Parts: sequence; C-alpha cells; structure tokens
Amino acid sequence: MTLSDFSRTFLEVCVDLSLALLGIAFFLTIARIVLGPTLPDRVLGLDMLTSVAIGFIAVIGIDTGFVLYVDIAIALGLVGFLATVAFARFILARGKTGDDSERQDLRDMDDDPFAGKGGGNRTVTEDGR
Amino acid sequence: MIDAVLSILAGLLILAGSLFAAVAAFGMLRLPDLYTRMHAASKAGSVGSGMALMALALVSHSGPEALRAIAAIAFFLLTAPLSAHLLAKAAYAVGYRMWPGSVLDEMPKLAVTTRQSDTPGSDRPGPERPAPDRRAPAAPERREGD
Repeated sequence: MTLSDFSRTFLEVCVDLSLALLGIAFFLTIARIVLGPTLPDRVLGLDMLTSVAIGFIAVIGIDTGFVLYVDIAIALGLVGFLATVAFARFILARGKTGDDSERQDLRDMDDDPFAGKGGGNRTVTEDGR
Repeated sequence: MIDAVLSILAGLLILAGSLFAAVAAFGMLRLPDLYTRMHAASKAGSVGSGMALMALALVSHSGPEALRAIAAIAFFLLTAPLSAHLLAKAAYAVGYRMWPGSVLDEMPKLAVTTRQSDTPGSDRPGPERPAPDRRAPAAPERREGD
C-alpha cells in the first residue's frame, strides 16, 4: 500500500466521520432551537446552524471536488451574519416578553440570589401597547 | 507525494473541525444560560467551520479556489465575534439574566444606558423600572398634542 493509496482511503474515512459528526451537531443545535427557552437562545441556535452548514459545505466540497460550493458558503455566512444582527436589533427593540419562561431551564443553586423573583413576568401589554 | 501529504492533512483538519462543531453543539445543548451557550457556539463553532474551509483550501488544485476558501475563513472570523457580541449585548440590555452560578457581572449599568439611546422602542420602560412610572407623565403630553 503506497502513500497515495493510504492518503486517498484516509481522506474518505475522514470525510465520512466528519459528515456523521456534523450531522450530530445539526441535531443537537436543532434540539436547542426547539427547546431554547428564550428568543436569544433560538437566534444563537440559528447562528450556530449557519456555521455548521458552512462546515458541511466545505466537507462536501472536499468530497466531491466541486469547489464552487465555497461561494455558496460565503453567501451563507453573509446572510447568517445579517440575520443575527437583525435579530439582535429586534431583541433590543422588543424587550422581554412573558413568553420567555427562562427560569424553568436555569438550574437551581443553593444560594440563588434570584430565587423567588421569578422570570419573564413582565409582558408587553403591561406598558399599554 | 505532496498531494498525499496534503490530503492526509486535510483529512485531519476536517476531522478536528467537525469534532469542534460537534462539541460546540453539545455545549450549546448542555450549558445553563444564554451567555455560556454563546461562548460555546461562537468560539468553537467558528473554529470548526474555519478548519473545514482550511482543509478545502489545502486540497483545491488551483490558486483562486484556495484563495476563495481563505477569504471565506477571514470573513467568517470577522463576522462571528461581531454577531455574538451584538446578540449578547442586546440580550443583556433587555434583561435576560445570567445563570445564578455566574461569578462576575462587570456591567450592571448597561440596561439603563442602552435604553436611553435611539433604539426603536426606547421610550418603553426598562426592565428594572416599573411600568407606571413613565406612563404617568407621558399620558398628559399626548392629550395636549391633540
């Protein structure tokens, strides 16, 4: 077995393993998006999803040798960045709503300074809009 | 010879990059609050996709393709911290709290200063302020305008 044969087989095995790992990453990120108790968690999950998709595109580009996918990766990165910036602006403008039941997911500690204060009890309709 | 070494290197890079991405996704699922999740996602996630793009640059056969992959890495390394910082600042200013086990909070004043800027909806009361405090003086002014 020469070095070039070994390198070809090694690259194929690495591509398969990487696709499996990236698929696991996709599913974990989607689980966070679905579970995510607050809106910023979901936005962060979408941001992570675009970065995992860029990694996916690079691995598929190595696998197929079709390097034109890199342009799609650049465009996807741009769209993901702009979407995250717009969502951050929206979170800043929207404020915190009653839907964010964030206390349910935060783990309790013994000396919790926020214990009993509750979370997300202020709604948008409270200020008269 | 060179091609073989480069493809072995590329295989190692995509393996490490996808491991970074998987660990980042796992951390996003397991860490307790938004800010620690953001620390996992924005750092390890961008390293993961950057490593995969670098492997693509190694195995590509022409110069422009490799340069495009490197440009994508540079673009991604520029934008990922910006978007993470913006998201963290917006979430903190609106009042999403840290995990109670957090040791240090170095900017407790941000909620007030951001609320008085020209963001849309900045006339809304801040998270710490009770709602009727600002509505009481605001209501007669609207009647005068009519």
